[in-house]
Amino acid sequence: MLKKYTFPMGGIHVNKYKLTSASAIIEAGLPEFVTIPVKQHIGAPSKIIVAKGDKVKVGTLLADFDGVVSSDVHSSVSGEIIKMETTPNAAGYEETMITIKVEGDDWEKSIDRSTAIVREINLSPQEIVQKIRESGIVGMGGAGFPTPIKTSVPEGKKAEILIVNGIECEPFLTADDRLMVEKAEQIIVGARLLNRALGIQNAIIAIDENKPAAIAELQRLSKLYVGVNVRVCQTKYPQGGEKQLIRAITGREVPSGKLPIDTGCVVQNVGTVNAVYEAVLKNKPLFERVVTVSGNACANPSNYLVRVGTPVSYLIDKTLSDVAGLDKIILGGPMMGTPITNINAPVTKLTSGVLLLSGAQFCKQPSTSCIRCAQCARVCPAGLRPYVIKDAMLYDGGIDELRRLHAAECIECGCCAYTCPAHLPLLDYCKLAKQELRKK
Amino acid sequence: MLKISTSPHLQTPRDTRSLMRDVVIALLPAALAAVAFFGIEALTVILTSVAACVMFEYLVCRYWFKIPNTTGDYSAVITGLLLAYNLPSSMPCWMILIGAFVAIVITKMCFGGLGCNIFNPALAGRVFLFISFPVQMTNWPLPHWGSLFAPDGRTGATTLRMLKTFGKVSDGAQQMYTLDDLPNLFDMFIGNTGGCIGEISALALLLGGGWLIFRKVITWHIPVVYISTVVALVGILYVFTGNERFLPLPHLLSGGLLLGAIFMATDYTTSPMTIKGQLIFAVGCGVLTVVIRAFSAYPEGVSFAILIMNALVPLIDRYAVQRFYGEKK
Repeated sequence: MLKKYTFPMGGIHVNKYKLTSASAIIEAGLPEFVTIPVKQHIGAPSKIIVAKGDKVKVGTLLADFDGVVSSDVHSSVSGEIIKMETTPNAAGYEETMITIKVEGDDWEKSIDRSTAIVREINLSPQEIVQKIRESGIVGMGGAGFPTPIKTSVPEGKKAEILIVNGIECEPFLTADDRLMVEKAEQIIVGARLLNRALGIQNAIIAIDENKPAAIAELQRLSKLYVGVNVRVCQTKYPQGGEKQLIRAITGREVPSGKLPIDTGCVVQNVGTVNAVYEAVLKNKPLFERVVTVSGNACANPSNYLVRVGTPVSYLIDKTLSDVAGLDKIILGGPMMGTPITNINAPVTKLTSGVLLLSGAQFCKQPSTSCIRCAQCARVCPAGLRPYVIKDAMLYDGGIDELRRLHAAECIECGCCAYTCPAHLPLLDYCKLAKQELRKK
Repeated sequence: MLKISTSPHLQTPRDTRSLMRDVVIALLPAALAAVAFFGIEALTVILTSVAACVMFEYLVCRYWFKIPNTTGDYSAVITGLLLAYNLPSSMPCWMILIGAFVAIVITKMCFGGLGCNIFNPALAGRVFLFISFPVQMTNWPLPHWGSLFAPDGRTGATTLRMLKTFGKVSDGAQQMYTLDDLPNLFDMFIGNTGGCIGEISALALLLGGGWLIFRKVITWHIPVVYISTVVALVGILYVFTGNERFLPLPHLLSGGLLLGAIFMATDYTTSPMTIKGQLIFAVGCGVLTVVIRAFSAYPEGVSFAILIMNALVPLIDRYAVQRFYGEKK
């Protein structure tokens, strides 16, 4: 019997709704216009280096990283820049975006568009990190932390294990799953690149057990390479959370207030690892990604390879779905994703899914009194007590009380609010508490 | 019209109502046992108590709190059932009304309704009746399996009362119980014995407890630890004193231990939140139960034990805290 890895504290089993795990990735094609935000990452917005009226190609640098925590942004299409202004993004916040009118599909000459796998790695660690930086790679699991920073181990710290996160525990989403099935070898070579950049020989690809095709493919291919192994994890939400995955694979916990590197672990999403492969060995900047378009109200749920900046409405039309009568459109998964009303908002480097949902189960139900069942505390993977944090926020327990409750440790996975039989918005109270703590 | 809300966008179908409905289902075998052994009188007690509890909650919502009716969450039904299960079948209806008033209006609604009460409403109602009407509350009709109506007004002592008076002259009646007077263990197990209508059948209560654990309404911790503590302590007393009144099995199968441990000590609102806290709570309930059963004037101590521990729950919750992720070991 194979040992199945998991984290011991909290977690929930949700309905998986994986409608598209057998649908091959399809190229979404080119929309008429793309709108590319200059900030698709955590940190400072990038510095625009192009001007209105410029002609760009696929892969042309649009904005340069600015400061330590930042990232490059490249064009995802060829055509003319027609607008550079602040526009509401998916979440409704004003952001600087570059609008490009698409003309043909003319790629930069430096990009290697062949599908042949490059296996040879002749680059130094510094060269690999430099390539990653120039290609604008950020954590594609959703956080959007610039990858070059994660691949340079800080002074005095030591990396031991690279964990490639192929968990994808959010319901509906299958983008990473399909990527692992179809680009398994690229991911393995990408992991080896990161191994070299980190100066280690130990990459572990973590996959949860509801992805048998990906497990089989990666297990078969990883045998051909040194330093890359596959671990099968239990299907449990939020297994794909960085801290939870580190605990599951290594048995170590990230100490409170410390970073994952303090446990010797570096966690990278499979999408990111694939992007690293393409960037370093194919010279291809990050300008497209796999997006799952799904949901119970989606007519033809599919996995698409989408250029960054493509309007969400273009993808919805692709699936021949009707927006009228929908309750919610969510970017990302149903547990942590953002609902949008502006369907012309663009897909970014961090958009893992577009979900078209309708039905009461996806909408907030009216809340009733807390019955003190403590389910929220039992499912909290951070070991917190959301019901007490709620009381502290409601009755102004003060900042000391929030500290005593370790509210800052919340990973915002939403297990508490999911599981609450009184439908209390417990996660909202926890987020507010974190905000209060940040203010001080 | 597209909706915006904070995440998560999924919610469990297990809402309060569905949890409470499972508790009601778990309580049904005991109701069947009550009617089977005490006939139509038990049914009257159950119906009166449930109807009164639901009515009082409705009235408070409608005329006092002026909030939407909350009786749809089944919690008043549970209180009604539990209160009834803690009464003898001969209880007059008007006394049941008083018990329901104390349970729902004073113990539950005055503190803010579901989730806010400090004490278990059904137990508070029962203890109020027990202190106010000691005669009626300790009048134990004999079970009459198979006939809906009691053949005559015969009453008898409960097992725990007999145990209490082992080797003593009882109540001036010059009567001394011995081991031979106890109902046999099989009768105690299925419920063919005197007592409160809902506590007699261990079988029915265990079925209900199994359902609650199977449906994940409760965990095994409180019932198992509470019952084990009582059996262990009584067993120790038996070994050291050799007195047959401390025989563990009659203590396990009679009185309100199973009803209390499975259904009342596990009440979400009045029990601790963490498993660690629940273990402390359960051990405390067990110790107090044995102390009252062994050394006080009362034969039974489950109600008092749980109520006393209820009062300690906020204190337990404050200190019995689970470890958080990343906490220094």
